[in-house]
Amino acid sequence: MSEAANMNGSGEVLLEVRDLKMHFPITRGILIQRQVGSIRAVDGLDFDLIRGETLGLVGESGCGKSTTGRAILQLHRPTAGSVRFEGVELTETSGPNLRQMRRRMQMIFQDPYASLNPRMTVGSIVGEPLDVHQLGNSKTDRQERVRELLEIVGLNPYFVNRYPHEFSGGQRQRIGVARALAVNPSFIVCDEPISALDVSIQAQVINLLEDLQRELQLTYLFIAHDLSVVRHISDRIAVMYLGKIVELAERTELYENPSHPYTEALLSAVPVPDPVVEAKRQRIILEGDVPNPASPPTGCNFSTRCPKAMDRCFQEEPEFRDVGDGHYAACFLNEE
Amino acid sequence: MTSTTADQPLSAAASSALSSRSPKTFLTVTLERIRTDAMTVGPLLFIVLIGLLALLANPLGNLLVGVDPNRTNLDAALQPPLLPSMARRLVGLDHGVADSLLEVSGGVTHWLGTDSLGRDQLVRLLHGARISMLIAFCAAGIAFALGTTLGMLAGFLGGKVDDFILWLINTFSSLPTLFVLILLTSIYKPNAILLTLFLGFFGWIGAARFTRGQVLQIKTLDYATAARALGASRLRIMWYHILPNTIPLIIVLIMVEIGTLVLAESVLSFLGFGVQAPQATWGSMLAKSGDFYFLHDPTTGNRVAWHLIFPPGILIFLTVLALYLLGDGLRDAIDPQLRVDRQG
Repeated sequence: MSEAANMNGSGEVLLEVRDLKMHFPITRGILIQRQVGSIRAVDGLDFDLIRGETLGLVGESGCGKSTTGRAILQLHRPTAGSVRFEGVELTETSGPNLRQMRRRMQMIFQDPYASLNPRMTVGSIVGEPLDVHQLGNSKTDRQERVRELLEIVGLNPYFVNRYPHEFSGGQRQRIGVARALAVNPSFIVCDEPISALDVSIQAQVINLLEDLQRELQLTYLFIAHDLSVVRHISDRIAVMYLGKIVELAERTELYENPSHPYTEALLSAVPVPDPVVEAKRQRIILEGDVPNPASPPTGCNFSTRCPKAMDRCFQEEPEFRDVGDGHYAACFLNEE
Repeated sequence: MTSTTADQPLSAAASSALSSRSPKTFLTVTLERIRTDAMTVGPLLFIVLIGLLALLANPLGNLLVGVDPNRTNLDAALQPPLLPSMARRLVGLDHGVADSLLEVSGGVTHWLGTDSLGRDQLVRLLHGARISMLIAFCAAGIAFALGTTLGMLAGFLGGKVDDFILWLINTFSSLPTLFVLILLTSIYKPNAILLTLFLGFFGWIGAARFTRGQVLQIKTLDYATAARALGASRLRIMWYHILPNTIPLIIVLIMVEIGTLVLAESVLSFLGFGVQAPQATWGSMLAKSGDFYFLHDPTTGNRVAWHLIFPPGILIFLTVLALYLLGDGLRDAIDPQLRVDRQG
């Protein structure tokens, strides 16, 4: 992963997301349902993913990170917008064609306990994608592939006949990774893959994901709320707030030179492992709560909590624009 | 990938211990668990025994007693069981009781006594088992085949299908069952088949509601989403992910339902809407026995019909209990999380 490939505009674009919106209707009435509003979980996202890179997606709980991942994979059908993956418009693909596309894009889930069917053996869990897409010529072929996959993720192939409950959280997450890898995807959405794990296990899983990326040329959309983990694994980072990306930049650039007040506040909350620096660290404490995504504020979404908000922020919505060198931000402060 | 394998010391250590273990199939492990669990094998054997008795009601009745279940003999009405007095005669304690009983019945051995019309209790119990079990099992079969299918469809497909099935459930559950039954019995002659169909068609509601709820819950779990993300078809998700996770609870529910149906049959037969007299069922026998339970012999002051209430009552009780325990045992047997035999 050369630094140059991380920049927008260089390298092959694998995934192109334009104006992605995912609104969930709020309905009232039992017999005659009528829509009284909508929760704007994701409200207009634009970004590209370059083949081989890792894009970190951070933000607080409920800002729409997971929904973004699921809307890209068409697990939720987006309300509006376009998702082009390897040149195919996913929002217009359905049925067998979409199922066929799922061979190229996979997902790793947050909760390793809920994401594995408790009544299937590890062998059938990891082998299911092979069955679904009829990969491999025979049953023995598939069994061989399952063993190989378990070895790839660092599990003993003798575990094939065991059930998920016989494994620890970290091992279960490895099973989930093996399942995602079974179809040889090029793109994996990692939906907070380490949040549910012990800290000691987190590093193992992160290393595994990095090794796999190197060896199999994978592209990740890495969703997380742990900023230090995201910094470690990502090439570029997108910061989400209330259904919108407020800032997107190459990781060092984002951490050293944040241009959105929300990113500044988020970064100021990360503890520094140096007592001298830590003592001088200035925390920006945001006041108030995240507004209700069913009725976002007019103007800039962040205006209600922004320490630098101006009059203009309450009326107009800032444009998500390039502030230099592939560093994007949606804030009026960057306009000269 | 050696680096990731190396930071997993457990797998290396465990491999030698595990490599000798031959993989067992799901079925063999399940059967093994059932076999080794006394609380499942016992009830299972009991149900099989009742089933055999019901199937062999004719030859057994002929062999042991030799009369038709509906043959009346008013001379021998409300005869006490012959079994205790015959046993006493064998050890020389009898003072002619057995002989006088046999004399009254014309030589017929009423081992468990007779009812108010002089019909043999044992033969009627055997024949009653046949009707009771048939009605309960078949009605439960119909109810669950309908209920789980509709519940699955409603929960999984959602939308209009769900609306329609919910409407069906609500409509059916608001129908006054007794009224419909009276209507049906006034058009058709009530019999065992009609009763089975009736109980089946009114019993699916519970199963459908339950299954729908389960499916709705499991559908949102990550492993169902994961299967969708893999490209699995709806049918596959339903068959491999949702069904196996609802079946265990459905098994328990079926067993409880069969028990309830044995009782329901007895109530309806008692009201005259079910199986018609003189055909014997456990339920009708139990219901009828109550009429005579408090009858006393004016000369001795003893109850004259105490023997009629216990055999059908105990059989219903034991059958329902056995079904319940069996359901519980089966649920545990197919639950991989309860398998201790898999540890190392």
